[in-house]
Amino acid sequence: MNDVDVREAVTWAHHEEWARVVAALTRRFGDLDIAEEAAAEAFATAVERWPADGVPPNPGAWLTTTATRKAIDRIRRENKRDDKHKEAQMVYDDDPPEPVGAIDDDRLRLIFTCCHPALAMQTRLALTLRMVGGLTVPEIARAYLVQETAMERRITRAKAKIKAARIPYRVPSVEDLPARVSSVLAVLFLVFNEGYLATGPDTDPVRHDLTAEAIRLTRLIRALLPEDGEVAGLLALMLLIEARSTARVSASGELVPLDEQDRGSWDAALIAEGHRLVRERLAAAAAGVAPGRYQILAAINAVHTSARDIRDTDWSQVLALYNQLVRLDPSPVIALNRAIAVAELDGPEVALAAVDRLEDKLSGYHPYHATRADLLRRLGQSQQSRAAYDKAIQLAGNTAETAYLTRRRDQLR
Amino acid sequence: MRYLVSVIDDKSNPGSTDRQPAISAFNERLIAEGYWVFAGGLADTDTATVIDNRGEQAVFSDGPFVESKEYLAGVWVWEAPDLDVALKLAAEASKVCDRKIEVRPFQ
Repeated sequence: MNDVDVREAVTWAHHEEWARVVAALTRRFGDLDIAEEAAAEAFATAVERWPADGVPPNPGAWLTTTATRKAIDRIRRENKRDDKHKEAQMVYDDDPPEPVGAIDDDRLRLIFTCCHPALAMQTRLALTLRMVGGLTVPEIARAYLVQETAMERRITRAKAKIKAARIPYRVPSVEDLPARVSSVLAVLFLVFNEGYLATGPDTDPVRHDLTAEAIRLTRLIRALLPEDGEVAGLLALMLLIEARSTARVSASGELVPLDEQDRGSWDAALIAEGHRLVRERLAAAAAGVAPGRYQILAAINAVHTSARDIRDTDWSQVLALYNQLVRLDPSPVIALNRAIAVAELDGPEVALAAVDRLEDKLSGYHPYHATRADLLRRLGQSQQSRAAYDKAIQLAGNTAETAYLTRRRDQLR
Repeated sequence: MRYLVSVIDDKSNPGSTDRQPAISAFNERLIAEGYWVFAGGLADTDTATVIDNRGEQAVFSDGPFVESKEYLAGVWVWEAPDLDVALKLAAEASKVCDRKIEVRPFQ
């Protein structure tokens, strides 16, 4: 086996096995910190040994065994300093496995622990990317544009809180599951959005590392919770957005809006998979299972990705879905997006009236000003449109979006 | 695992004052279900005295160690298997007391 093959085997094992190794060790040793460190050491050992010894027939088992030895070594070292009694308990753990909740998989326990509601949202993101995604602390720090030391502190503090406050390593009970799953999905959607709408003057407009990681983790949750409609909905939503991501930014780094995108360059395989998931959820809805917000958002994106040309878009279907979504989530952001569909059906004037009603709540949100600018432009109110573009440019953080808004403003007569 | 459960009141927007019967009933349940270790409501922060005897002689000062809008109105100590159990009880406690609750583990 040559070096390239070995490197690929390590990368593959890291993708497939990292979360499993951390999860198994956390269960065995009851300590995220020990599990994380031992898993990292086991992968480092693989990088060293596999080129000489060859890739073991079962890389996952090899990594778990190696990591377990590393963890026991560390506990022995530490226990020389303090508690001999604890060592015996840790090393000779013959306790029967803990009773399981709704679903039995160590990785699920790990995900629910990392996304626990007692942790701050930013902490949940960082911890999930580290423990479940296997990203390194410097990688996570770069993704969120913070100092490595600050990210390290955040993760260390989170691990300490989990231990000290005894945040359980457990899949929540059936009654708590829906709320806890939505907390996990919110984390994954935030990771995705930070990739999709990357902010910062020096960042790429689309961060494929983050969108790909979010999709990978959502696929994992989907495999672990195949019956959950919102998990399927979020995966479909991400796939249908990701499918358009290359068409969404021009060669010169400018945002290309939906109506100007080259639909031939959309990723057909991702769209087909997204549509399959949406159809699966539509069948469930027809059988009386009320869809949640991710499923409805996925359905809206399915309508858009079904149209071969912007003029073929079934706007009345889009509006019907937004109406359904507004009933579920009466947030001003949803109302703003609904108004865009209204503009296509009832004209920009009706839509503008609806958008203007959102001013109090959305005046600091750049899509509000960008939407207003576009509607005013279509109504021929150039001066007001220009002012709205100015405001949107001032608030937008994504480089491609800023470039697009600037061009649009400068084209006004 | 033991948790200190603090009841936090707000001077500018105090919780309702008719909660005692509901709190007593909640305490009965905590005892019956094995969570109860200790509970106590506190007198007004004005009644506090701070003592500092780290120097040559003890210095007494009248009033709480920190003046703030929000203050500790009472405490529980609960024995609970993990934070999820404690948080679930704390969510009920917040309703019962009509006040914010802080849950903090003992070392």
